[in-house]
Amino acid sequence: MLSKVAAMRDAYGDALLELGAENKDVVVIGADTTGSLKSGVFASKFPERFFNVGIAEQNLVSIAAGMALAGKIPYAGTYAIFVPGKSVDQIRNNIAYPNLNVKIVCSHGGISVGPDGASHQQVEDIAIMRAIPKMNVIVPADAVSTKAIAKAIAAIPGPFYVRLTRSSTPVIYDAGFRYEHGKANALKEGGDVGIVACGIMVSEALKAAEALRTKGVAASVLDLHTIKPIDSDAIVKLARSCGRVVTVEEHNVMGGMGSAVAEVLGERYPVPIRRVGVMDTFGESGEAADLLRKYGLTAANVEQAALGLRGQ
Amino acid sequence: METAQEVVRLKETARNTRKLILEALAEAGSGHPGGSLSAVELLVTLYFRVMRHDPKNPKWPDRDRFFLSKGHAAPLLYSVLAQAGYFPVEELMTLRKIGSRLQGHPSMGVPGVEAPAGSEGIGLSLAVGTSLAAKLDGKAYRTYVLMGDGEQQEGQVWEAAMSASKFRLDNLTAIIDRNGIQQDGLTEQVMPLEPLAAKWRAFNWNVIEVDGYDLAQLIDGFDLAIGTRNRPTVIIAHTVKGKGISFMEWSPHYHGTPPAKDKLRDVLSELG
Repeated sequence: MLSKVAAMRDAYGDALLELGAENKDVVVIGADTTGSLKSGVFASKFPERFFNVGIAEQNLVSIAAGMALAGKIPYAGTYAIFVPGKSVDQIRNNIAYPNLNVKIVCSHGGISVGPDGASHQQVEDIAIMRAIPKMNVIVPADAVSTKAIAKAIAAIPGPFYVRLTRSSTPVIYDAGFRYEHGKANALKEGGDVGIVACGIMVSEALKAAEALRTKGVAASVLDLHTIKPIDSDAIVKLARSCGRVVTVEEHNVMGGMGSAVAEVLGERYPVPIRRVGVMDTFGESGEAADLLRKYGLTAANVEQAALGLRGQ
Repeated sequence: METAQEVVRLKETARNTRKLILEALAEAGSGHPGGSLSAVELLVTLYFRVMRHDPKNPKWPDRDRFFLSKGHAAPLLYSVLAQAGYFPVEELMTLRKIGSRLQGHPSMGVPGVEAPAGSEGIGLSLAVGTSLAAKLDGKAYRTYVLMGDGEQQEGQVWEAAMSASKFRLDNLTAIIDRNGIQQDGLTEQVMPLEPLAAKWRAFNWNVIEVDGYDLAQLIDGFDLAIGTRNRPTVIIAHTVKGKGISFMEWSPHYHGTPPAKDKLRDVLSELG
């Protein structure tokens, strides 16, 4: 675990191939980034069910809605900066308001996009998408769970947003991973501090828990892959057993997963919280690892936040 | 039915549609008469002559689809659907009221309404989606979408236009209610659209221009679209904002101002 890396995008491409074979209603729609998203592999096997609309993200989203109205299960996506970035109205009014069965799967979430710089680093998508009624929001932690999630949501009616990462990331799960909609995954149990993570920060949280262990601090780690609907019970249980919670996400601390956790705990079980994330700023060009370090998104930052909460 | 007889029948339905629109808007106390009245004949021709649909079975899989992209013309769509038998005509008087199915702009849950509308510029993309799905499924149903002319200022319309030609969607017919007026004034002053037909031709669409109140021309236009192969058709219907009510015609003010309830009798008398 964590020693192997794999790309979420490859896993997504694999999932689409299997979905295409299993369900003739699955269609794939892309916007000139289908090679990058690996949705293009679907095109070679099922060309009649693959549609490239060019650089037109609003049209991408609304065409997906139209196809869902006609009974299809569209998987539509591009880079997260463009969807939801350039198409919030279409997502809201065409997909979420009529509760359509559209699966929006986008790559290049967060600042780990790297050298392309801030214009391509989406750090607001969780906030945008979770504010839209009826929208389900998922941020998988690794390639294995990405494939399972991409496949599972085909069988769950309604609109989904799934955010993937550009770079290859550590593998956390084994092939036995099962996605349960709206249920967080407890990865580690410890009674001193609870760490809630999503996306590529889950592996950092696990590393932090290990570092904390050597200092005599027992940490729990929860993979909150599904941010909406949120697993309130798991979060409350974590707060109850640990008494303090650190959240970590590759997203603006405003409105993201940490905010969602704070909302739950504020109402149901208030405990001290520290949010690790992008501190309300834009990113910049650089290699992913350097950016994650510079913007405070590493195991060391999580460890520091946990120790800080304990007054250490 | 003979076209001449049919025209008489459609004209009567159009007259009644205008009456229902104005009554519903006066009762609601808000809403958009101008762009509802301008497009009456377009929808009446579609629903009572052109489209294959079954009000008793609104989800019939082989039905032709209609999307109202200019969602502010909801009173027009509701009035036509009610007369076709999708829901009781009396329900029109609940328009825009709390608890009503008849939202200010179309929403799901109203029999016959295919999709929500209200945000301009997105209906054509929906129509591209259902047209693609029809081709994929080998189904013969057609998709119709009514757009406003002011709506042509939205960039997404042209994204959708490009994609409809790329995918050769000859099962798609778009209609533009070319009444020349938008909320802030004349389209040609706010943001000029002309040469509009040339723009659509340049996007590889089959373009048909008609007088939006000449029912024979409208019927011919829709028939021509059905017979066109390998490319989508747009029917640019030249219309008059507020058509049928003298003080509403050509008036930007009546884009979004309903008739006063206490003047309704006089207003309706104009319909003859």
